[in-house]
Amino acid sequence: MKVTLTLIKREFLAYFRSPVAYVFLTVFLVAATGLPWFLGGFFESNDAGLRPFFIFLPWVFLFLVPAVGMRLWSEEKRSGTWELLFTLPVSTWQAVTGKFLAGWAFVSLAVLLTFTMPVTIAYLGTPDWGPVFSGYLGAVLMAGAFLGICSAVSALTKNQVISFVVSVIICLALVLLGWSAFNELMLALNLPVWLVDTLANFSFVTHFEGMIAGLIRLRDVVFFLSLMLFALCLNVLVLER
Amino acid sequence: MIQAFDLVKDFGPIRAVDRVGFEVNKGDILGFLGPNGAGKSTTMKMVTGFLSPTSGRAEIGGVNVQENPREAKRRIGYLPESGPLYQEMTVFEFLRFIAEIRGLRGGKAREALDRVSHLCHLHAVRNQPIETLSKGFRQRVGMAQAVLHDPPCLILDEPTDGLDPNQKQDVRRLIASMADEKAIILSTHILEEVEAMCNRVIIISGGRILVDETPRSLIRRHPQYGAVQMQVLDNEHGSARETLLRLDGVHDVEARDEHWLVLPDRGIDDLKPRLWEAARREKWRLISMHDAPLKLEDVFRNLTRPDGESAEERSPPGARNKGSAAPA
Repeated sequence: MKVTLTLIKREFLAYFRSPVAYVFLTVFLVAATGLPWFLGGFFESNDAGLRPFFIFLPWVFLFLVPAVGMRLWSEEKRSGTWELLFTLPVSTWQAVTGKFLAGWAFVSLAVLLTFTMPVTIAYLGTPDWGPVFSGYLGAVLMAGAFLGICSAVSALTKNQVISFVVSVIICLALVLLGWSAFNELMLALNLPVWLVDTLANFSFVTHFEGMIAGLIRLRDVVFFLSLMLFALCLNVLVLER
Repeated sequence: MIQAFDLVKDFGPIRAVDRVGFEVNKGDILGFLGPNGAGKSTTMKMVTGFLSPTSGRAEIGGVNVQENPREAKRRIGYLPESGPLYQEMTVFEFLRFIAEIRGLRGGKAREALDRVSHLCHLHAVRNQPIETLSKGFRQRVGMAQAVLHDPPCLILDEPTDGLDPNQKQDVRRLIASMADEKAIILSTHILEEVEAMCNRVIIISGGRILVDETPRSLIRRHPQYGAVQMQVLDNEHGSARETLLRLDGVHDVEARDEHWLVLPDRGIDDLKPRLWEAARREKWRLISMHDAPLKLEDVFRNLTRPDGESAEERSPPGARNKGSAAPA
């Protein structure tokens, strides 16, 4: 436990020792708050809710979480520090969870820094806080699931560019599967409804939708958590191969 | 302390390490020699538990590295090749991180940090990011990291690689100062280093152990082992040489610039007194006489020549124990 905490601390602070953290936070905050304002009709909707903010989040995560996750293992492999790490008395699980949790904490910090959005709606109207909290919970869980995939992918290569691109593609698939426009396209191609539904069930968006609406369903939470666990198991396997 | 039993490592169809076995005890410094790609680093990575062997096993103080990696890794200090470090951290941040992972906290961690920063002369750069340091300092940080928890076993992959002569000397002195209470393995390209520091040498080539012996017996494999260089003043043309050639135990006499190189017969290792005796008897005016300077490099080249020609047939007197290196 202490070892994992030490690893989390080092990894989390590592983001702030380079400009990465500041660039990431700036771009994330501009994108995550700018998109609902300028594209999502956040202001015009005349609704004291965060729906326009949350529906853009999967798309923002799609590019920015891989940017955080790509270095997790690729960087260690490229610089050779993983040799150092794995000759210390640290198990692969500890290393994987330590790095993952640090990254997750960092992305969660970014999500929490969008607090200006709820502050805005609270100032302008009387928001229903339930969906705001469940939406944020969903956002953090979804970010974890994104990051789990990116972490596993980055363990496969020492090239950060490959790591980024492959992560984006996998995450894109998992976002698209639940995107309504894409589902309608699949139905228009005469694919059976059960198949479209099953595929949609693997999507981040499908499980995030409920949480935006204020529903915290066990199956959604389990989906995100099990996806993270699966990705981390994969990550350990890749490193130990 | 460190034992390897028939370690084998395959990378796909390539066998990088082929049944390598050895034993290193407390007080030993084992030099690992070999051409690039011979399997030195791979062997070390298996001993440290970074790579798992295809077959065979490694033990650190009786603890199996594969079965109980964390316990084994606690007893090892390891300096990986080209010293990878977390570049963005400062020296002390990095060492504190290693200390915490190693389970050193509070006063103990401070003590250990003080000790290694003194030992490796890191005090002046303690708050500098590692990426801004020179190669020599980085190597020292790597050494500091390896000895931080005062491990009984040290495994150093090319500890002096890329350092200037002064820094090399520093690192060598540092290693030698720890030799008494530790079991040390180091790999190197530099043969003088082996001669100066190690009490055992393993030469590895093509993944196999060619030689496992002391540097002193390794030098016996030199084709000119036991040869004597002598210079005699104002001898009549060739007569002294004739006398020398007739002498018991002399195999050949080669003329080199000013002096002669007298090569002994097989099994003769007291050539000097014989020559001395002859010089006195013949009333030669000796200017100098000393053992021919032998380079381990020649031995190394002979043994690891890529043409596959085995050195066995050319083994000079005293050579023994070829290739068999597994501990009892």
